Amino acid sequence: MVFDNAYEAITEENDSRWAFGTGFTDPLEGVDTSVPSGVDAGELEAYCLMLGDDALVFSHRLQEWCTNAPELEDEVAIANIALDLLGQARLLLARAGERGEDSYAFFRGEHEFRNVRLAELPHGDFGELIAALLVFSTWRLALLRRLTESRDPVLAAIAAKGVKEVTYHRDYAAQWTVRLGDGTDHSRERMAAGLATGWPYVDELFTPHEIEVSLAASGVAVNPAESRAEFDEVLAQVLRAATLDVPEVPGIPGVSGRTGRDGVHTESMGYLLAELQSVARADPEATW
Amino acid sequence: MTATMPDLEQQFEQTIERDQRIEPRDWVPEAYRTTMIRMIAQHAHSEIIGMQPEGNWITRAPSLRRKAILLAKVQDEAGHGLYLYSAAETLGADRGELTAKLIAGKQKYSSIFNYPTLTFADVGVIGWLVDGAAICNQVPLCRSSYGPYARAMIRICKEESFHQRQGYELLMTMMRGTEEQRRMVQDATNRWWWPSLMMFGPPDADSSHTAQSMAWKVKRHTNDELRQRFVDMTVPQAEALGVTLPDPHLRWNAEREHYDFGDIDWSEFKQVVSGNGPCNAQRIAHRRKAHEDGAWVREAAAAHAAKLRERTA
Repeated sequence: MVFDNAYEAITEENDSRWAFGTGFTDPLEGVDTSVPSGVDAGELEAYCLMLGDDALVFSHRLQEWCTNAPELEDEVAIANIALDLLGQARLLLARAGERGEDSYAFFRGEHEFRNVRLAELPHGDFGELIAALLVFSTWRLALLRRLTESRDPVLAAIAAKGVKEVTYHRDYAAQWTVRLGDGTDHSRERMAAGLATGWPYVDELFTPHEIEVSLAASGVAVNPAESRAEFDEVLAQVLRAATLDVPEVPGIPGVSGRTGRDGVHTESMGYLLAELQSVARADPEATW
Repeated sequence: MTATMPDLEQQFEQTIERDQRIEPRDWVPEAYRTTMIRMIAQHAHSEIIGMQPEGNWITRAPSLRRKAILLAKVQDEAGHGLYLYSAAETLGADRGELTAKLIAGKQKYSSIFNYPTLTFADVGVIGWLVDGAAICNQVPLCRSSYGPYARAMIRICKEESFHQRQGYELLMTMMRGTEEQRRMVQDATNRWWWPSLMMFGPPDADSSHTAQSMAWKVKRHTNDELRQRFVDMTVPQAEALGVTLPDPHLRWNAEREHYDFGDIDWSEFKQVVSGNGPCNAQRIAHRRKAHEDGAWVREAAAAHAAKLRERTA
């Protein structure tokens, strides 16, 4: 591009220099998305929505940090993590079915969202953010690593891409956990408080939904219960370095045993979706 | 033998004269240092405050693709801010002190960010007009005499041109959409057109810094020259888009080979610059709150780093 004429660039025909490409509406364009033999398409859809909604909803909470981070470096880092998760969500929602990523994201009701409740919790301060990110990324990394072996080549590829990203997310969260835990007395208290806020939602992460069990049996999905030991080990190591204790708080139950994976959420979820979906729903015929 | 002041001054003048770059280790007159810090800091502040009006729409973006683009754009702006504060630090400034000046209202940022973003069309119009005007201002700065600033501007201009394109592409898509979407685009254009023209600063006759900045080659064109260039480039784009620019006096002048345009309301400009625009107080309060809320985190990081140094000592 000639820089004395940078302004003229926008009148050129669309070309490959566009960020995110020009016309693509299907993130999986050109990929063979047929359902592997012996796999129930409805179950595969539900499973993709679980992992996709986790990423979409947690990304939304990270987007809320934009312009509110404690330092510019963290402004860039948090936006980066939010973008990675948004990218994972797009691929997973596209894999979920023909309906398309935007229809899933903007035109489903709250009870149809299958994310774990940890993903939707609002963050009161940076300590809560870092605690939630540490737990979420440690859990998700363990899960995605196993998912790279999935019998569904599309899910395996999405997981392989995600592993690289979430490795960084976990590292970022772990480093801040250590800085805050082993920083000032005040930061130590706030980091501990952040962990205590998020911890009641940890058990839910490792409680398999029947669809996860069924798809894990056919080699497509991962049973999250398998990663609990890895999670406990990583958290113990990070918290030890941060001079913090593993919180001892009871898990928060769902309603009659139903939690996020079943579409039963916290009260904060309604507000999150009201914001996420407001513009798209105001003019459903619109094209963006 | 140490160089004497006249020698240093002569060397500085010659560097400027030969269109070479001034680098951080070079001697510069104090006034040049002050001017460059002021310019770069204002630019850095503008990037950081400028995240707010667009950041306002990230969580509500109506498609996941638009959300990703907008989030990436606002992230770029944080990166630009970081980059520019670093350039200012090569002149002896300190990022923390510059931020303190910003939130105390002692240093300015671009007035355009004191206007509200009211619909999602504003995201497109900001890309098209505001980033477009910024590019007009910034492309010549890639040849600024201060090396670190000039190099920062090359990278920033590359990213800004993507920003402008995403904005224009969003508007094109919206104009092909519903009647309500076309109304939103026209309404946003009406609201942002005149403030965009004000981005080039006061008319040359009233610009207090232009003459010295031109002589030092930290600025390459006058405010009015750049404003005219922007108008000339934008009119055909508005036609291609199918929107009307809100100026009844806008017409091609064959003799000048430029578009004539109506008078800018400089009283509005002065009011916004002096602090009383629609969002001045809100923007600064937001930045101050983020900075103050983050104080304990920055203190923790410093305390932890000190502990590490102690342990390894």
